[in-house]
Amino acid sequence: MTGVDTERTIAVTVNGVPREATVPVRRLLSDALRHDLGLTGTHVGCEHGVCGACTVIVDGDPVRSCLMLAVQVDGSSVRTVEGLARDDHQGGQVLHPVQEAFRECHALQCGFCTPGFLMTIAAGLESRDNAQEISEEEVDELVGGNLCRCTGYANIKKAVRHAATAMKDDA
Amino acid sequence: MKPAPFRYADPGSLDEALEVLAEEGAKVLAGGQSLLPLLSMRLAAPATLVDINRVPGLDSIEVTGDGVTVGALVRHNSLLHDDAAARSQPLLTRATANVAHPAVRNRGTTVGSIAHADPSGEMTAVLALTDGSVTVAGAAGSEVVGWRDLFVGPLETSIAGPAVVTSAFFPALPPRSGTAFQEVARRKGDYAVCGAGVVVTLDAGRRVASVRASYVSVGLTPEVHDLTEAVAGSPVEKADWAAAGALARTLVDPDTDIHASAHYRRLLVGVLTERTLAEAAAEAAARATRE
Repeated sequence: MTGVDTERTIAVTVNGVPREATVPVRRLLSDALRHDLGLTGTHVGCEHGVCGACTVIVDGDPVRSCLMLAVQVDGSSVRTVEGLARDDHQGGQVLHPVQEAFRECHALQCGFCTPGFLMTIAAGLESRDNAQEISEEEVDELVGGNLCRCTGYANIKKAVRHAATAMKDDA
Repeated sequence: MKPAPFRYADPGSLDEALEVLAEEGAKVLAGGQSLLPLLSMRLAAPATLVDINRVPGLDSIEVTGDGVTVGALVRHNSLLHDDAAARSQPLLTRATANVAHPAVRNRGTTVGSIAHADPSGEMTAVLALTDGSVTVAGAAGSEVVGWRDLFVGPLETSIAGPAVVTSAFFPALPPRSGTAFQEVARRKGDYAVCGAGVVVTLDAGRRVASVRASYVSVGLTPEVHDLTEAVAGSPVEKADWAAAGALARTLVDPDTDIHASAHYRRLLVGVLTERTLAEAAAEAAARATRE
């Protein structure tokens, strides 16, 4: 007979670091990241899957962290916005090409939606062949699931194209 | 808001899942992309969630000459990118492309959205239009339930007692046929204000033999409308698709809500029917030439 629980201890690799937390089974992944693991970079907007602000990468795929339970990532690997920048081995960090493109193209104002955009776009660009120039349709598809009420999207789309080019050159 | 407290199990077999589902107030959790919003908004408060994600054997897409069988844990994104499924029944890919956004399609399941029976869901309409069925596993064994017997009302199916919908079956597209699927939504990926899926079948002389349509966000449960009489026997190049659209407007019974009036939805049914039929007819003609 399988266990029916109200609380569970989960083991999850977050941004390459093994973590453990004991959570009530109703804890959303978004809240577990913020409250139990102290990673407040993941933002919680609508909490019903519409806005995309809480998007994180679970086992390689971008997902809404407000639409997953924390207990469902037991044994999985999660990437959050805190894990995008890389160590520069000189005591500092290098921004991910998508973060760099957002800075370069002024693709954020208040920044609330930004972590969700960054994770969605990073996952999308990392899984595509950036030697192929990115089409307008692909750009629209990449940003279409996230809401931003400041920028009007023009600069975010510009940043996607900018990052795609940068990642082609990197490859 | 946060979900109300519940108990949680993630059994490793179907039998164990059915055992826990026998508890009062237990509910199946698959992709969770419809269920979790309902929990967070406290529109649903099941006593126990039975997460079937660890149940083996439910994540495959099987394509045979008869059609496509989609397992309960197949994510929308997997179906969207399955070439063999698309060749057998092109409506699957065409409709799935309209389901929410990629991040939601990565988790949400095709079978889950059918079991959820939302009249604004795409896959419920596709199951009806293709004359599909689901397989339901219960304590007494498995049974096949056709779409007409499945949908009872909005968010309501005929499935009673402890049961898991283990797969959905979509029959293959018949010869000399074409399909199309289009939606009008406020933003791409949102729930459709109105959507239309159609199948056009030609006879050996490339004349229109059959025209069927099913709509999204129109009516309380999925329905299939036969529009053949408006264009029957017309050579495919000369068929009056506008007449079929006009007929469709008289057959549907849409509701008014905050996003659109019943009148506006009826107009969209006409427009989308005409557009999708022209597209599907072109595909049917091309397939008839190849076949």
